[in-house]
Amino acid sequence: MNKTLLIFRHEFLHTIKRTGFIILTLALPVLALLGIGVFQIVSEINKPPTEVIRIGYVDEAGGFDQFTTQGNITLVRFDTPEAATQALNKKDIKEYFIIPPDFISTGIISRYTAQRELTLPAATTAVIKNFIVSNLLAGKVPMNTIAKVEAPLNLVTTTLTSTGAVAPQQGGFGNFIIPGIFSLLLMFAIIFSSIYVLQSLSEEKENRLMEILLSSVSTRQLLTGKVLGLGAAGLVQVIVWVISFPLLLKLASSSIGGIISTIQLPASFLVFGVVYFILGFSVFAVLSASVAAISPTVQEAQGLSSIYTLFAIAPFWFLSLILLFPNNPVWVVFSIFPFTAPVLVMLRLGLTGVPVWQLIVSIAVLSLSIVGGMLLAAKLLRTYILMYGKRPNFKEIIGNVKRG
Amino acid sequence: MHAVEVNRIVKSYADKVAVDDLSFSVAQNEIFGLIGPNGAGKTTTIRMMMDIIKPDFGQIAIFGEKLSESSKNKLGYLPEERGLYRKLRVIDSIIYLASLKGMEKHSAEVKADELLNKTGMLSNKNKKIEDLSRGMSQIIQFIVTIIHDPELVILDEPFSGLDPVNTELLKQMLLDLRNQGKAVILSTHQMNQVEELCDRILMINNGHAVLYGNLKEIKTKYRSNSIIIDFEGELGQVLGVTEKRTHKGYVKLILDGNTTPKQVLERLVSTGIVINRFEVAMPSLNEIFLKVVGKNHE
Repeated sequence: MNKTLLIFRHEFLHTIKRTGFIILTLALPVLALLGIGVFQIVSEINKPPTEVIRIGYVDEAGGFDQFTTQGNITLVRFDTPEAATQALNKKDIKEYFIIPPDFISTGIISRYTAQRELTLPAATTAVIKNFIVSNLLAGKVPMNTIAKVEAPLNLVTTTLTSTGAVAPQQGGFGNFIIPGIFSLLLMFAIIFSSIYVLQSLSEEKENRLMEILLSSVSTRQLLTGKVLGLGAAGLVQVIVWVISFPLLLKLASSSIGGIISTIQLPASFLVFGVVYFILGFSVFAVLSASVAAISPTVQEAQGLSSIYTLFAIAPFWFLSLILLFPNNPVWVVFSIFPFTAPVLVMLRLGLTGVPVWQLIVSIAVLSLSIVGGMLLAAKLLRTYILMYGKRPNFKEIIGNVKRG
Repeated sequence: MHAVEVNRIVKSYADKVAVDDLSFSVAQNEIFGLIGPNGAGKTTTIRMMMDIIKPDFGQIAIFGEKLSESSKNKLGYLPEERGLYRKLRVIDSIIYLASLKGMEKHSAEVKADELLNKTGMLSNKNKKIEDLSRGMSQIIQFIVTIIHDPELVILDEPFSGLDPVNTELLKQMLLDLRNQGKAVILSTHQMNQVEELCDRILMINNGHAVLYGNLKEIKTKYRSNSIIIDFEGELGQVLGVTEKRTHKGYVKLILDGNTTPKQVLERLVSTGIVINRFEVAMPSLNEIFLKVVGKNHE
C-alpha cells in the first residue's frame, strides 16, 4: 500500500478510537439535547399566567370607564389613590395608575407598583395605552377605527428576484438558524481537526518518533497522510453531528416550535458547507503542522494554536454586527482572508447570500494559502522537527526558511 | 558495490560547521564504527545518509544510488533520539512501523512474533508501550529497526540505557546481522563497544575525520613499543627495556626504539624466570582517541 495511504489509515483509525474524540463527537448532540430539555423546563416554569391580572386606576380626569377588560388584564376603578394603595397592599391588585385632571394637556400618567422593575413591562404599557386611546376615541369614531388605531398595520414583505419572481429564500431568522448552527459546527470541526494535526505532530516530535518515521517516509508523505487522515476523522465528526441534527430539530420544533418550523435550507448551502470545511480544515491543518514543527512540546504548540484558532471563532464575536450589516465591506474583506473566510462565508450565505465573485476570490485565496502553507509546513518540518529544546524566534525561522 | 559511499560532505548550521569534508565508505558484510565524542558530527552525518537533512556539499550513495523513497525500505535506522507511540500496543507499533518499510501485515506479524520471542519480549506483545521499561522499549525499537530484513542497519548509540543482559543480546544480534551479509553502521562514543564489534572505523572530531580504516591496523599503527608480562621470580635489568611499570597482576615493559618484543622474550627466557603471560601491549581505542585528539574525552 502507498505510504501516504498507510499514514492516512493509521491517523484516521488511531484518532477515531481515541476517548477524547468519541466524547467530543457525542458531546455536541448530548449538549443540544440538554439545551432542549432546559428550554422545556424553563418555558414550563415561565408559562404566561392564565389567571386574570387586576390593575387598578384612579380616574381624576373623568371619562375613562370603558374598555376595562384587555385580554387577561382587568382594570379596576378606584375613587381615591388611598383606596388604590390599600388594595395594592392587600394584593387585591398588582399595580395601579392615576389619570390626573390635567392629563389631556400633559399626557402624564402616574403608575404605582409594589415590585422593583428593571424596565417598564411591555404588556402593562400596551394595556394602559389601549385603555386610554379607546376611551378617548369612544363615541367619536367607529369601533373599527379604534381597533385600527390600536393595531395600525400588519406588514407582509416579499423578496423578489431580479426577474421579478418571488425569491425561493425569503430571509428572516428562520432562514438563518440552520446556516448559523452549521457555521458553528464548521467552526468546531475546523478547530478540533486542526488541533488533532497539532497534537499528532507535536506528540511525535516530543516522543522522538519523528526521526524513525522520516527514515521510512518523506516529510511530504507524512504531512499529506496526516492532514488527510485527521481531516477524514474531522469529517466523521461533522457527519455524526449533521445526522443527529434532523432528530434534534424534530425534538426542538415539537418543544420550541414557531420559528423552527419555518426553516429553509438551500441545496447549494450544503455543497458550499463541504467545500468550505475541506478548505477551512486544510488551511488550519497546515498552519497547525507548521506550529507543531517549531514547538518543542505539545503544550507549547497548543499555546500558540490558541492564537490563530481565534480567527475561526472571530465571526461569532461580531455576529450581531454581521446580522445587522451582512454586506459591509469589512465582512467582504474577511470573507476573502483565509482564516476567517470559511465560517464567515457560511454565515453570510445564510443571511443574504454572497456575490459569486466573492465566493470565487475567497475559494481561490484559500486554495493558494493551502498550497503555500503546505510548502512552508514541509520546509519547517524538515528544518525544525529534529530540533528539540528552545523554540526558535521569528527571525531564526525566516532565516532558516530562506536558507532552505 | 559498497553499502554506503560518502564523498566530501559538508553541513553547516548558523553558528557552526557540523560536518566538514567527510568521506568514507561502508562495505557489505561488515560492522562499521562511526565514533567520536558527543557533538563530533556523528548524528548529523547519519541524518544526511538517511536523507533526513541535506548536505550543503558532497554526495552520498546508498547501494550505488541516491537514497529514494523505495530504497529507504532497504535501510533500518535506530536514531539516538528515539521513541514510540506511547498509547499503542507493542504489536501494533511494530506492525505499523514495519508497514511503512513496505512489509505486508501478515509477514510483519510472523516476523514480529519471531523477534519478540528471540528477545524474550513475547509476553509483552499486547502491552501498551507506556507500560514498558526504558530498556524494554529500546529492544522493541531495535526490533522495529530490523524487522523488514534491511540490507543496511544504522544504529545511533544503541547501547545507551541498556542493562548488561540486553547489551549482550543486542551485540549478538548485531554479529548475526553481519554474518548474514548485512552492513551495520554503529555510531557511538562508547569505544569499548566498538573494539568488541567493529571491523573498520571512522573516528571524527569537530566534524573532521581523524582516523579511518581497519581497526586492527589502526591499533597496530598506534601501539606503543611495549609488552605486558606476568612472571614468577626476580626480574633484573633487561637489555633494551627503558622502563618498568608495575600494575596489579602484570608488569608493563617499555622498550627502546631498537628492541623488538621477540628479542625481549628471548632475553627474559635466558634469565630463567617463569613466564605465565607475554603479550605485545596494544593501545585501547580510547587511548588512541586521546592521543589523536589530545583532549580528555571518554
